[in-house]
Amino acid sequence: MASQDIIARSATTTVPPSARHQQEVAKLIDTTKCIGCKACQVACSEWNELRDEVGHSHGTYDNPQDLTAQSWTLMRFTEHERDDGNLEWLIRKDGCMHCAEPGCLKACPSPGAIIKLANGIVDFNQDHCIGCGYCITGCPFNIPRISQKDHKAYKCSLCSDRVAVGLEPACVKTCPTGAIVFGTKDDMKEHAAERIVDLKSRGFDNAGLYDPDGVGGTHVMYVLHHADTPRIYAGLPDQPVISPLVGLWKGITKPLALFAMGAAVVAGFFHYVRVGPQRVEDDEHSEPVDNGVRQVDPAVHVYDPGKPGGQEEQRP
Amino acid sequence: MNDREPILRYTANQRTNHWIVAILFVTAGLSGLALFHPALFWLSHLFGGGPWTRVLHPYLGVAMFVFFVGLVIRFWRANFIDANDRLWLRRIDRVMLNKEEGVPAIGKYNAGQKLLFWTLLVCMLVLLVSGIVIWRAWFSAYFGIGSLRLASLLHAFAAFVLVLSIIVHIYAGIWIKGSMGAMLHGWVSRAWARKHHELWYREVTGDKPARRPGQKEG
Repeated sequence: MASQDIIARSATTTVPPSARHQQEVAKLIDTTKCIGCKACQVACSEWNELRDEVGHSHGTYDNPQDLTAQSWTLMRFTEHERDDGNLEWLIRKDGCMHCAEPGCLKACPSPGAIIKLANGIVDFNQDHCIGCGYCITGCPFNIPRISQKDHKAYKCSLCSDRVAVGLEPACVKTCPTGAIVFGTKDDMKEHAAERIVDLKSRGFDNAGLYDPDGVGGTHVMYVLHHADTPRIYAGLPDQPVISPLVGLWKGITKPLALFAMGAAVVAGFFHYVRVGPQRVEDDEHSEPVDNGVRQVDPAVHVYDPGKPGGQEEQRP
Repeated sequence: MNDREPILRYTANQRTNHWIVAILFVTAGLSGLALFHPALFWLSHLFGGGPWTRVLHPYLGVAMFVFFVGLVIRFWRANFIDANDRLWLRRIDRVMLNKEEGVPAIGKYNAGQKLLFWTLLVCMLVLLVSGIVIWRAWFSAYFGIGSLRLASLLHAFAAFVLVLSIIVHIYAGIWIKGSMGAMLHGWVSRAWARKHHELWYREVTGDKPARRPGQKEG
């Protein structure tokens, strides 16, 4: 990837190189065409040379149980009971959504560890990753995973290496039903619109495209038969946004706090310059000063240790 | 009693404990600031790079908390806030201008020092608890995403308050001549003690507020 293609960079306060313009790409996952064969999971492992440890069955078709540093995509199976009592098997290919406004990138403290490319791909640069896990805290979709081996964060790269040379992502290439397609974001929206018309004609009145505005849109989109309730697809967020807590944590408060700390140091310096240090006068060394002035203050009398009950402090 | 004899304000153990906390504060603070804002990420080079900063920071922080507890055990009794402290706080403007008229005599610590003590204690507790929640290598797996987000925010906020408080603390040490020596070698002059902590001075020396001629000194 040419460095000109990076349009956003984690922990960077200046404008990144943005001379080049590229069309935004998108992967469209049509949940209504998915048969749950997991070929996409295998293709992902093969292309990216990932080998997850063999786990255990927990009584569902989900395998592995969750995304890991070695499993960047995962079929999530939901047995959904409809209002009319019929069962629907909802299968959603989970993985990074490649948000236009990525929460991971906003939260990341390490310059350049997370980048957004001009084509919309959000990529992790493990060489710059420090392993803090803030990307997990920032992500609205619960996607990044920290490897227990090298303590780096991993997630789907949308096969940025393949896309850079004009190939589609590995999962797209392998999908046997055409449930995963890839192209420019505009083309994918058009394709989705055709699919939705078809689905509506088949009785799925709530069919729709999942391209949530709360994160500025995504570069991985879903066609859902029940777009009114994304949550029934194994907890796909209805209205994903970068959490307000993360916004407060990583927003304007940080530069303000930095300014306040600097201002406190400067204020101290100018206090010293204008008011000056508190020194003990030399003549105070000889005899105790007559502190009659203070004794007119009634509050002082209360704490006079010479009087019974006047002593409130004990030395430790 | 010799009026020129200095007074021991802090024992060797107290001073050592204080400076251990101070060193750990600087290291934990700088490594934390490296992750606080991109403008300060260069501080991570002091610790061997980003990953080492991430690895070391929580251990430095926990060590700082443990030794700070030592300071709390040593000094908490001298930090109760009383009516005299409230009067001192009302006269804070005069204190800031090095004026002494109307400023009440104080004991071992003035109200500013006492407030600092309690502020530090609260900050340290918040930092410890929130820091454990966001300690990815050991504990984060036990907490939900809501707790992680709240803890991240609280950790940064408590650290901000702590750093501001310590800036005030360090400046007070520079401003009030003689106090740095109290924490470095332990001794203060009698005049210093009388000027800045008169009630403590009387307590330590047994001096009466206004000595009558012929009175025997204790």
